[in-house]
Amino acid sequence: MAETHSLQDLRQAAVASKVFVQRDYTSGTICKFQTKFPAELESRIDKQQFEETIQTLNNLYAEAEKLGGRSYLEGCLACLTAYTIFLCMETHYEKVLKKIAKYIQEQNEKIYAPLGLLLTDPIERGLRVVEITIFEDRSIGSR
Amino acid sequence: MSAVMITRKVTRKWEKLPGKNTFCCDGRVMMGRQKGVFYLTLFLIVGTCSLFFAFECPYLAVHLSPAIPVFAVLLFVFVMAMLLRTSFSDPGVLPRALPEEANFIEMEIEAANGNVMAGQRPPPRIKNVQINNQIVKLKYCYTCKIFRPPRASHCSICDNCVDRFDHHCPWVGNCVGKRNYRYFYLFTLSLSLLTIYIFAFNIVHVVLRSVDSGFVNTIKETPGTVLEVLVCFFTLWSVVGLTGFHTYLISLNQTTNEDIKGSWSGKNRVQNPYSHKSIIKNCCEVLCSPTYPSVLDRRGVMLEDLSSPTPSDASAASTHQSSNPVSQTTKSSAPLIPNEHTPDEAKPGIGSGTQKSTSSPKEEKPPSPTSPNAVAPAVIKESSH
Repeated sequence: MAETHSLQDLRQAAVASKVFVQRDYTSGTICKFQTKFPAELESRIDKQQFEETIQTLNNLYAEAEKLGGRSYLEGCLACLTAYTIFLCMETHYEKVLKKIAKYIQEQNEKIYAPLGLLLTDPIERGLRVVEITIFEDRSIGSR
Repeated sequence: MSAVMITRKVTRKWEKLPGKNTFCCDGRVMMGRQKGVFYLTLFLIVGTCSLFFAFECPYLAVHLSPAIPVFAVLLFVFVMAMLLRTSFSDPGVLPRALPEEANFIEMEIEAANGNVMAGQRPPPRIKNVQINNQIVKLKYCYTCKIFRPPRASHCSICDNCVDRFDHHCPWVGNCVGKRNYRYFYLFTLSLSLLTIYIFAFNIVHVVLRSVDSGFVNTIKETPGTVLEVLVCFFTLWSVVGLTGFHTYLISLNQTTNEDIKGSWSGKNRVQNPYSHKSIIKNCCEVLCSPTYPSVLDRRGVMLEDLSSPTPSDASAASTHQSSNPVSQTTKSSAPLIPNEHTPDEAKPGIGSGTQKSTSSPKEEKPPSPTSPNAVAPAVIKESSH
């Protein structure tokens, strides 16, 4: 039976390799990541699961960057106060980023860590890539 | 990790950032390298307004309306707020790729290029992306080791890739990019209004006073007027022109960089794929879209690294730091194409986020055995944890 790792165990594990999921620019400059399943993860995780994670992330970023009544209101209000309002208030984008950080941690704890993988929040990589660290699976043997 | 408590100043991430930016207030303020012209801008605005408040306002408040100086104050405060916001904020700098990411991209490029004959030039590093049914070319940045996102460009003065790069403005002492473009536009707009306002009321003041005391006496009583009129006259043409130009760019959802390069103009060129084809929608997107966060995390605390020197002053993490990079070997299986910059400028320290545990720097060392980078100068040193 395969050994499942917890998030704590992963910190002592050795890194086998890293996969970088790039940005998908086909819809323009909005933040969106490619849902293409990387070959290196084939033996580790279910394709469906992976795509679902990325798709949820994409939806969250779309929510953050949505142009709608709320963002216009926030923009106009901020302009009227010469943007000093942002000294005390969090922007909508920042609120969604917190949501995203929480979601990623949740996914890591529930799904990815037990499989020996770790997702890095894209904000730590400049919103350029989703970095997935693949740890050596000691139970199966080194790769 | 040793158990000895070492009392040392906390190192924040801004101190180790590559690029030629200047940082102040412990990373809260971020500017470009050359600040002389910015100080001139400040001096001109503050100086002219001070003269206005000193010479014209008392007379106008009494003889016309007290609302005049009040409105002038509000406008002045708004102009200063926009100027400082433009100058001090992160324009949308894209952090450089960490070694693993850079290697990953290199290997992808190698795989895509296939075998290049010795002596032959490798093909240019370009990715084609289809956006809105138009083919857009993404160029590879040799300094930052990334494929630049669409509309991003590398600023040679700040030595950073900036997202939605507009231009580097010496008057504000910073790049104008995605995050501060709207502040820059509002600055030019409000400055135009302020200039017109001061110019107009100077004329009104001179006329009113001349009726009472004569023209020559008026100039003698308020010598500041002449100076103000001169400054306003010359400023008007440039600032109002600039505001008009940027209004035109915004309505088309274009950047100055794209306009200068002629990216979307000309018969055989691609049409602008980012434009919404509606002036109102374009304006809304550029001016009222959600405020994009800074991805630099300047004030994040860096993990203590005993082998690296900690700079104690608040000046830029300048390129001289590239001679002693923070830990870790850069090993790659693909030979990096040499460029004029040291290939190992990428700072691995940026990526070590604060949420990770103390053993995370170990994660970033790829254990796969590869031959050492042929181009690497002998300045890499391993961290000992």
